Amino acid sequence: MANGNGKTPKLDELEKGAWPSFVKEIKTEAKKNPMAKDLLGQLERSYEEKIGHWKHGGIVGVMGYGGGVIGRYSDLPEDFPNVSHFHTLRINQPAGWFYTSDALRKLCDIWEKHGSGLTNMHGSTGDIIFLGTTTEELEPVFKELTEAGFDLGGSGSDVRTPSCCCGEARCEWACYDTMKLTYFLTMHYQDELHRPAFPYKWKFKMAGCPNDCVASVARADMSIIGTWRDSIRMDNKAVTEYAKSGMNIERDVVGNCPAKCMEWDGEELKIDNKACRKCMHCINVMPKALRPGKDKGATVLLGSKAPIVEGALLSSVLIPFIKLEEPYTELIELVDAIHDIWAEEGKNRERVGEFIQRVGLGNFLEAIGVEPIPQMVAHPRENPYVFYEEYFEEDDEEESEEES
Amino acid sequence: MAEEKKKRVTDIGPPHYEKFLPPVIKENYGKWKYHEILKPGVLVHVSETGAKLYSVRAGSPRLLGIEKIRLYADLADKYCDGYLRFTSRNNVEFLLTDESKIDPLIKDLQKLGHPVGGVGNSISNIVHTQGWVHCHSAATDASGIVKSVMDDLVEYFTDMKLPAKLRVALACCLNMCGAVHCSDIAILGIHRRPPKTNFSKLNSMCEIPMVVSSCPTAAIKPTTIDGKPSVEVIEERCMFCANCYTVCPAMPLNDPLNDGVSIWVGGKVSNARSEPMFSKLAIPFIPNNPPRWPEVVEAVRNLVEIWAANAHPYERMGEWVNRIGWPRFFEMTGIEFQKEHIDDFKHAGLTYKRSAQLTH
Repeated sequence: MANGNGKTPKLDELEKGAWPSFVKEIKTEAKKNPMAKDLLGQLERSYEEKIGHWKHGGIVGVMGYGGGVIGRYSDLPEDFPNVSHFHTLRINQPAGWFYTSDALRKLCDIWEKHGSGLTNMHGSTGDIIFLGTTTEELEPVFKELTEAGFDLGGSGSDVRTPSCCCGEARCEWACYDTMKLTYFLTMHYQDELHRPAFPYKWKFKMAGCPNDCVASVARADMSIIGTWRDSIRMDNKAVTEYAKSGMNIERDVVGNCPAKCMEWDGEELKIDNKACRKCMHCINVMPKALRPGKDKGATVLLGSKAPIVEGALLSSVLIPFIKLEEPYTELIELVDAIHDIWAEEGKNRERVGEFIQRVGLGNFLEAIGVEPIPQMVAHPRENPYVFYEEYFEEDDEEESEEES
Repeated sequence: MAEEKKKRVTDIGPPHYEKFLPPVIKENYGKWKYHEILKPGVLVHVSETGAKLYSVRAGSPRLLGIEKIRLYADLADKYCDGYLRFTSRNNVEFLLTDESKIDPLIKDLQKLGHPVGGVGNSISNIVHTQGWVHCHSAATDASGIVKSVMDDLVEYFTDMKLPAKLRVALACCLNMCGAVHCSDIAILGIHRRPPKTNFSKLNSMCEIPMVVSSCPTAAIKPTTIDGKPSVEVIEERCMFCANCYTVCPAMPLNDPLNDGVSIWVGGKVSNARSEPMFSKLAIPFIPNNPPRWPEVVEAVRNLVEIWAANAHPYERMGEWVNRIGWPRFFEMTGIEFQKEHIDDFKHAGLTYKRSAQLTH
C-alpha cells in the first residue's frame, strides 16, 4: 500500500516522457505541503486499484455565496488524513486569461498559505482552480483573494463564470469585443453567479468569430459567436502573393468554400458576398489577404450542453445578427426574458436546451417574445403532426375554400 | 489589527482585464490586421499601426504547482515585461515585443520541460478533466492518459506536419466537463455496470423522487425495502450514464473491473468549411490500464496516422470521414464494427444510413 511509505512506483512512470508531467508538479509541491503529499499517496492507490477515492461533495462554501467551492472528501481519510477535506475553489479568471507576473505571484502566495499549492490553469469553465483545501481555510483564502482583487466563480445551478477567447486583444478576426462583453456580463450577473437560483447551470461563452476557439457552440447555454454582414475585406495583391508562394488557391481555398461563392481565374479572386456563409475557411487560410467585413456583430445561439441528462446538444440560432456595443440593452433584455421563463417553468436539472426541446422552440419563442425566422432551423419540419392553433369556426365571416 | 478592520467584501467580480494587458495590446486593441506563424509555437500579430506582437506558446500539464507558476512568472519578467496568458486549451503563452528574445525564451521553456508548439496544423494540448486526481464520478484517470498520449504524439505538437488542426479531448465520465463531444478525437471514461445501490444509506442520503427522475431511461422506480423507502433499478434499461449517482451518492457505478474508456472521432466546433459536428463512436471499450494506458495510446496514434496519411489539406477528422464514408473508416483503421456502434437512444433512426450511396 502506498500510504505511509511514500513510494509511488506507478505514478513514477508518468514522470518519464517529453510532455510536462503532472506527477512532477504534485511531487514538487509534496516536498513542502502535506496535502499534496497525501494527494500523491491517494492517487497512487487509485492507480493500483483502478478506482477513484473521492466522495461526493457536501455543501461547503464561503458566507453568503452558494457557489464557487466544490466540496470534496477522501474515502480513505485514515490513510490520507491531509486530504480528508480537499475542496476546490473556482476563482473567476480575468477575461481572456491575461495576467501579469505580479498577479500570478500574488495568487501563488495566497494558495501557498491556505491550500495544497496545486492548481489548474485553468478549469473547463475557464476559472482558475485552486485544487484542495479544508473547510476552515475557505473564509481566510476568500478574504485574501478579495483583497487581491479576485472573486470566486460559479458552480451549481447558477450563472457559471463567463469565458471568452482573446478577441480584439490579440486577434484580427474578432468581430466584437469579447473580453469587454465577458467582463460586462460577469459584473452584471454577480448575484446570479454567486447565488444559485436556476433549475440548473447557465453558461455564457463569447467567441470572437465563427472559428469558435472557446467551443461555445458545444458547451454554452448561450453561445455568442462573432460574425459580419457586409463583404469580406480583400487585398487581391496579397492573394496573388499566396498563389506565388505555392498555395493551390483553386483546390484549397475555392474548393473548400461551403457556399461555392468564390472564383479564382489565376489572377483575381472574386467572392459573391451575398452567398458567403461566414465560415472563415478562406480567411483562415489567407490571413494576410482576407479579413472579416466592417459591419460586425455576433450570432446568438442557445442551448448546447454535454450528454447529462437527456443527451448532448449543440446550440442553435436565436438571433442571426446583433450589434454588441455598450450598454448591451438588447442582449440583456433577451437573456432576462429567457431566464424568467426557464426559471419559472424549467424542471430541476433541466438545462435551457433541454427545456426548449421539451416545450418546443416555437412555444419558447412566443414566451420570450421573439419571432420565428427560417435562420433558426436547418430545414422546416418534415413531420405533419402539427399542433395547429388557428382555425375557423362555422360562423366566421370568411368561409374556407373547401366549403365554397 | 488594521487587517481585522477591513470590511468583508463580496461580489467584486474578477479583476478588470485591462490591468493585465501589455502596452502593445492596449495600444493596438481592435487594430490587429493579420498574423503569421513564424515557426511551430510562434505567432506574430501585426497591427494596422505596424506594431508587432510575438506570442510563444508552450504545452502545460494544466495541473500546475505554484512553484511552476512562479517559474512562468520569472520567465515573463525576463522576456516580456511580466505579461503572459493562458489559452483555451490550457497552453501558456508569453507575449513579446522583442523578436530577438523568442529563441532564448524557447530554450528556457525547453529546459523547463515545456515543449513549444500547438499552433497551426498541429495537435494542441488535450483538454481534460480531473479524473482520479479530484473527481468522485471518474471512470478513469484524466491526467495520466493525457500525459501518456501526449508523450507519444508530442512530435505533432512541436511540428505542423498534419493536414489540419487536430483537437483531442478527454472526459473521465459522461458528464463531459469540456467539449469532449465535439472533438476530432475524444477519449471518454465509461462505466459498464448498473449502480450498486446502498439500500441502508439511500433514504437518509438522497431524495428519492430526484433519483427516480434523474434516469433518462426511466430505469429507476421507487420501492420499499425492509420497510424503508428505497429505489429499484431495472438493470436491462440502465445505460450506465451515472446520472443517478450525480444526484445520489448511494448509487455508485465505479467498478475497477468494468470501467474504462471509449474513443470517439470526427467532432468539431469551428464553422470553417463544414458546420460543427458531434464526435462519433469509434472504439466502444478499452479497459483501464494504468499507469500508461498503452492500448489507448496505440489506438489514438493509429487514428492520427491514418487520418494524417489520407486526409486532404485542411480536412479535419470528421470531414475526412464524411468524404470517405464510415465503412472505409472502419476498414482503414482496422476497428471492428460492433453492435455498440449503432445508436439506440432518442432519434437513433436519424443515424441509420438512409440511401444507396455506398462505396463497394
